[in-house]
Amino acid sequence: MAKYVVKRVLLAIVTIFIITLIAFFTMNAIPGGPFNSEKASSPQVKAALEARYNLDKPLLTQYVIYIKGLLHGDLGISTKTGRDIGETIFESFKVSATIGGMAAVIAIILGIVFGSIAALKRNTIVDRIIVFLSTLCTAVPSFVLATLLLYVFCIKLGWIQVWDANSNNFLLPVISLSMYPMSYITRLTKTSMLDVLGQDYVRTAKAKGVSQRLVIFKHALRNALIPVITYVGPMLASILTGSMVVESIFTLGGLGSKFVTGITNRDYPMIMGTTIFLAILMVVMNLVSDLVYKLVDPRITFD
Amino acid sequence: MSENNMPKKNPLSMQIDLAKFEKATEEEKRQQDVMSESSTFFKDSMKKLFKNPLAVFSIIVLVAIILVIIFAPMVVPYGYSEILKVNGMRDKTAMNLGPMQFSENELKYMEENNVKLFPHIFGTDELSRDYFIRVVYGTRVSLAVGFFASIIVLIIGVLYGSISGYAGGKVDLFMMRIVDVIYSLPDMLVIILLSVVLKEVMGESTGIFAKLGTNMISIFIVFGLLYWVGMARLVRGQILSVKENEYVLAAKSIGAKPGRIIWKHILPNCLSVIIITTALQIPSAIFTESFLSFIGLGVAAPMPSLGSLANTARQGIQSYPYKLLFPALMICLIVLALNLLGDGLRDALDPKLKK
Amino acid sequence: MSEKILEVKNLHTSFFTDSGEVKAVNGVSFSLEAGKILGIVGESGSGKSVTAYSIMQILAGTGKVVEGEILYKGENILNYNKNQMRSFRGKVCSIIFQDPMTSLNPTFTIGSQLMEAILLHTDRNKEQARERAAEMLTLVGVNEPEKRLKQYPHELSGGMRQRVMIAMALACEPDILIADEPTTALDVTIQAQILELMQDLQKKLGMAIIMVTHDLGVIAGMCDEVIVMYGGRVCERGTADAIFYHSAHEYTKGLLRSIPSASNMKEKLVPIEGTPINLLNMPKGCAFCSRCDNAMKICLEQKPDEMWVGEDHLASCWMNVKKEMQEKAGVTNE
Repeated sequence: MAKYVVKRVLLAIVTIFIITLIAFFTMNAIPGGPFNSEKASSPQVKAALEARYNLDKPLLTQYVIYIKGLLHGDLGISTKTGRDIGETIFESFKVSATIGGMAAVIAIILGIVFGSIAALKRNTIVDRIIVFLSTLCTAVPSFVLATLLLYVFCIKLGWIQVWDANSNNFLLPVISLSMYPMSYITRLTKTSMLDVLGQDYVRTAKAKGVSQRLVIFKHALRNALIPVITYVGPMLASILTGSMVVESIFTLGGLGSKFVTGITNRDYPMIMGTTIFLAILMVVMNLVSDLVYKLVDPRITFD
Repeated sequence: MSENNMPKKNPLSMQIDLAKFEKATEEEKRQQDVMSESSTFFKDSMKKLFKNPLAVFSIIVLVAIILVIIFAPMVVPYGYSEILKVNGMRDKTAMNLGPMQFSENELKYMEENNVKLFPHIFGTDELSRDYFIRVVYGTRVSLAVGFFASIIVLIIGVLYGSISGYAGGKVDLFMMRIVDVIYSLPDMLVIILLSVVLKEVMGESTGIFAKLGTNMISIFIVFGLLYWVGMARLVRGQILSVKENEYVLAAKSIGAKPGRIIWKHILPNCLSVIIITTALQIPSAIFTESFLSFIGLGVAAPMPSLGSLANTARQGIQSYPYKLLFPALMICLIVLALNLLGDGLRDALDPKLKK
Repeated sequence: MSEKILEVKNLHTSFFTDSGEVKAVNGVSFSLEAGKILGIVGESGSGKSVTAYSIMQILAGTGKVVEGEILYKGENILNYNKNQMRSFRGKVCSIIFQDPMTSLNPTFTIGSQLMEAILLHTDRNKEQARERAAEMLTLVGVNEPEKRLKQYPHELSGGMRQRVMIAMALACEPDILIADEPTTALDVTIQAQILELMQDLQKKLGMAIIMVTHDLGVIAGMCDEVIVMYGGRVCERGTADAIFYHSAHEYTKGLLRSIPSASNMKEKLVPIEGTPINLLNMPKGCAFCSRCDNAMKICLEQKPDEMWVGEDHLASCWMNVKKEMQEKAGVTNE
């Protein structure tokens, strides 16, 4: 177990290193630097600025400097705002993670519950409704859903204030974010639940005189959750970092929107910072989901 | 032995026609053999698929959509980038018309010349362009992206996965490490990065690239670079399990080459999984495209895509909400139909579910 | 004559599939006496397992008992409500399945799966249940029971798992044990061990056993009574001796001809030609007629009833009628 974790962490470090490489060199392949747009500034000013951000040095040296900083936990300073990147990411991550966390919890719990119900009530009207709605929801792009919610509840009905980021009214963003993963988990749970319910050991449990409810929630669910866990890991990573679309429609200053503005501003350190942060989160979540896997399924060995 | 509920009959207590105790002929016996009609796995699956009303509905919807996007441009006399003109003059009154409405100029023109103009089925947009034809072209673009992206994923994924799975050992380990790394890349970030880079690099190109827009190309590249990993993992897993079967061993023992074994013996057995995944990959590609168009990295104007149309409509949602409705409905319809078809295929092709 | 503990009367079980009603069991009747071993033999699709599952009410998916009665000590269990049925399963009647590899839940320890049944059906607390579980493991010959309780199914061998299954089935001392091909998935050497164990336990605990199998060898050694099934019907029943030495149904004869044994090593094995019948389209007459070498016109047209062919020996085959008629004709002619 410990050996496996060490191996995985080492692999994760390699992965993150490769991601920094890709991100760094792709980003620098974008023609035009961060200070090109400010045409008013004199060449001297530009040179001074570039020197400050080490942009005058060869690419490889820049990369080495960046990695050195990274190892000390220094993500650099934004070329646009001059603020510390780590701090900015941390702040915007708080917003994204709050909304994403709520959305993830809702999606996982409701998804598993609805999926189990659909499997149990197979071929009944309840099953059909759940399947229909979840299939429908996986067909609606999040920006359409978010826009529709905004239009109906804010503009038409006026129930919810639109542009008030401080009101902590996360209802609509959370709904828009959770809808897709919830539907996906519902469908996944149903399929794997049906698969598990046909297994011999479920029959054994029934033959022992275990009640239907216990058969499902004790014997079947645990096995049925195995494929769900695989999906939830990466889903958590992407949902916690916020969806760029939902954040920009509801004008929340989350991580996703920071990345998009970083790109439009050619804010190299910002792009690098968010990319690395997201990659680390992704890698960690994958690792965690693999470990949870082991907890649920004792058959999995790590050798 | 219990006596009460057993039938107790003495054989001779019955009145029986002796003629019936002659030996039956082979022919007569054969008639008794009511076998279920034999059919191939593929035929069986298709029969099952066409019995599934949702799958049939999806096929009808998809065929209808494809027919419309093929033939509508031949019927509708407007172009997707063409600003409406009346009598050769730019029609300034034709901005933001509602569905089936005509502009003042058009009405006047029709009355004067006593002709009928082709209606604007979905109305017009803010630049006086026929909205219906724009949605049609948008659907073309979105479907094409989805389709080609899935093919790219299919080819790379199947090749990579089958080689890795079949080779096994160190080769497999190394190839899967690469997959692991790519799998941990935050895909949206890479797509956006690549889109931006390619937009700048290929900005000068002409011909088909220019028309489609560099973003389209970058979507294909990204799909080629990133999304095949899921397919590769799947195919590898399938091959690993199929590889252990005796018929593969049998093929090996008579000296079949690895390429032939993969192609003839292993892949057909993974086919259902591959088909289903490909069918479900198309909606995912359409989603990605519409998402990119949404943040302004999609197809190059004036070429529309469903995503870019929806995005434009979103900005004017307060005054013209129906404009969001058309492209959004179109996306939902396509994705829904493809998802349902994928589900139907899964049910039809999965022998485990066969009753 | 001892007490009849289980009676199955005219049982019909069907599965309702897309292609139509599959009649897996068509009017099977038998009874089981306390402490006796009843064997049910037949090839795949003969309805033997479905009969067993019908008794336990654990039919898969679309399966349903459409007609008949299953009486436990005179009470029809088909009329039981859910709670009664739950205490019937596991406490009164237990089952061991064919494949021990898939019949244990891979995500729970052996201990928790063994204790589950004990906790459900007895008043024992957790500690006592654990003791009982260990005791049962010892009884079925599993070494180091305390260690095994903490292990997961995948850590045990097939034979071990089948022993665990048996321990689980017997933990609440049921009156009836159904063994659904308990040895089919095991190695030959392990098969003998498991059968011996079951006979042993039967003597110790005194439960009645229904042994479902396609292996005539299994039946011969241990059963008091044997039922031969084909196409969801009983074709012959009687003591093991009667079935083996005086078989009176063409199917049973064919079955016996097709098994290799030490005594007939030099003879050629005769397989039964053809394939099992299609349960979707049952023939009008005898289910076996299309594969029977001696099929007569009547076999195709009329279903033979069960008829006495000897003491404690019934068979449903028209050949017996013919034989008897010929004998009688011979007698009168003389």
